[in-house]
Amino acid sequence: MIPVQFDYAAPATLDEALSLLAEHKDDAKLLAGGHSLLPAMKLRLAMPQMLISLGRIKDLAYIREEDGQIRIGAMTTHHQLESSDRLREICPLLPETAGTIGDVQVRNLGTIGGSLAHADPAADWPAAIIALGAEIVAVGAGGKRIIKADDFFVDMLTTALDPGEILSEIRIPAPQGRTGQAYLKVPQPASGFAVVGVAVNLTLNGGGACESAGIAITGVASKAYRASAVEGAIAGNALDEQTITDAASHATDGIDANGDLYASEEYRRHLAQVYTRRAIETAAARVK
Amino acid sequence: MAKIAISVKVNGVEHTAEVEPRLLLVHFIREALRLTGTHIGCDTSHCGACTVVLDGRAVKSCTVFAVQADGREILTVEGLEHEGKLHPLQEGFFQEHGLQCGYCTPGMLMTGFAFLNSNTAPTEDEIRHAISGNLCRCTGYVNIVKAYQYAAEKIREGGTQ
Repeated sequence: MIPVQFDYAAPATLDEALSLLAEHKDDAKLLAGGHSLLPAMKLRLAMPQMLISLGRIKDLAYIREEDGQIRIGAMTTHHQLESSDRLREICPLLPETAGTIGDVQVRNLGTIGGSLAHADPAADWPAAIIALGAEIVAVGAGGKRIIKADDFFVDMLTTALDPGEILSEIRIPAPQGRTGQAYLKVPQPASGFAVVGVAVNLTLNGGGACESAGIAITGVASKAYRASAVEGAIAGNALDEQTITDAASHATDGIDANGDLYASEEYRRHLAQVYTRRAIETAAARVK
Repeated sequence: MAKIAISVKVNGVEHTAEVEPRLLLVHFIREALRLTGTHIGCDTSHCGACTVVLDGRAVKSCTVFAVQADGREILTVEGLEHEGKLHPLQEGFFQEHGLQCGYCTPGMLMTGFAFLNSNTAPTEDEIRHAISGNLCRCTGYVNIVKAYQYAAEKIREGGTQ
């Protein structure tokens, strides 16, 4: 499978990439790790006339701690996130999510920024970054702006990024206190994408009750979403079996669930409830 | 649509070429360099037959443009053997009958090369996890796992890969 012809540029700086993007507008596509874009180009679902690679821009792949936040460069690969000992210690949801993406080779090239900007409705990262209350940094001609993860995913393959903007960084509030996290997923056996994926980020208070909960679900609807009804049902409560089960039954409240050949709408809703329950149980059991 | 000049080091040898941006790395390796040991299987980044080692990490060369490899270093299956001596992984696949049809073998070898570089004492579970991006439709993977174990032991005994 051969993509249609296109022109290619590999700018050395973000500014150059922004001017190329401004020049070519809708004819251009940004290339990060390429593991969503190349397959789409090979199938000619994507036919950009200009491909702008971000691969030569220095300092877009990093994991830093700054101002109480974990800051991740857009070009950081899934492998780098999966294998970070520091993240395993301070925010294990990130390496756990990274490790469920694709396979070894895919994780070696695929990037967190590329995945988020692509906004596949069955991608894993969107659930994790919504559950963590992350912010997305978008750089454009007018400077930087911050987009909340909750507002970033607009629809299937559509984000809040403007056409002239580049996603440069993901900022995650560093988990504080007694926290427990989990990402649980039912992978589609052929593609590895999430039929259902549930990310949970819990904080317990001194008495062992749930102080705050971030719970987000991917794979079920046209975009990943925050399971607010589930969060509301466990917040302030002790996490006993009944509370968790009752809360998880709200996993798809108000959500238009997808159905396909592999998983019907009804089955997806069922999976979402079961995996939400298990993910909360797992996160609660991991609280330190 | 302008061609792009690239310079890529493959198996220790510097190659320069003018390529169409849409040329896939696997086609560059097989057709421009005539290194046909790297196979094309599914062409959809699932099967891993086209796996090569790019700057030390296993990647699927059907899902990389040749232009992305500009200035970088690639190892293909042809680069494993050293001065007429098989790499411990190649020896392992031979000794443990790690292949039947052989189609997946170059990819299995290159994934194994990158994997054993970072882990010379892998558990069976770690090996199975490492090859989860490489499909074999003949062997049931048992002998491939044994081949990796054979190679890991050889590497541990002999020092380096």
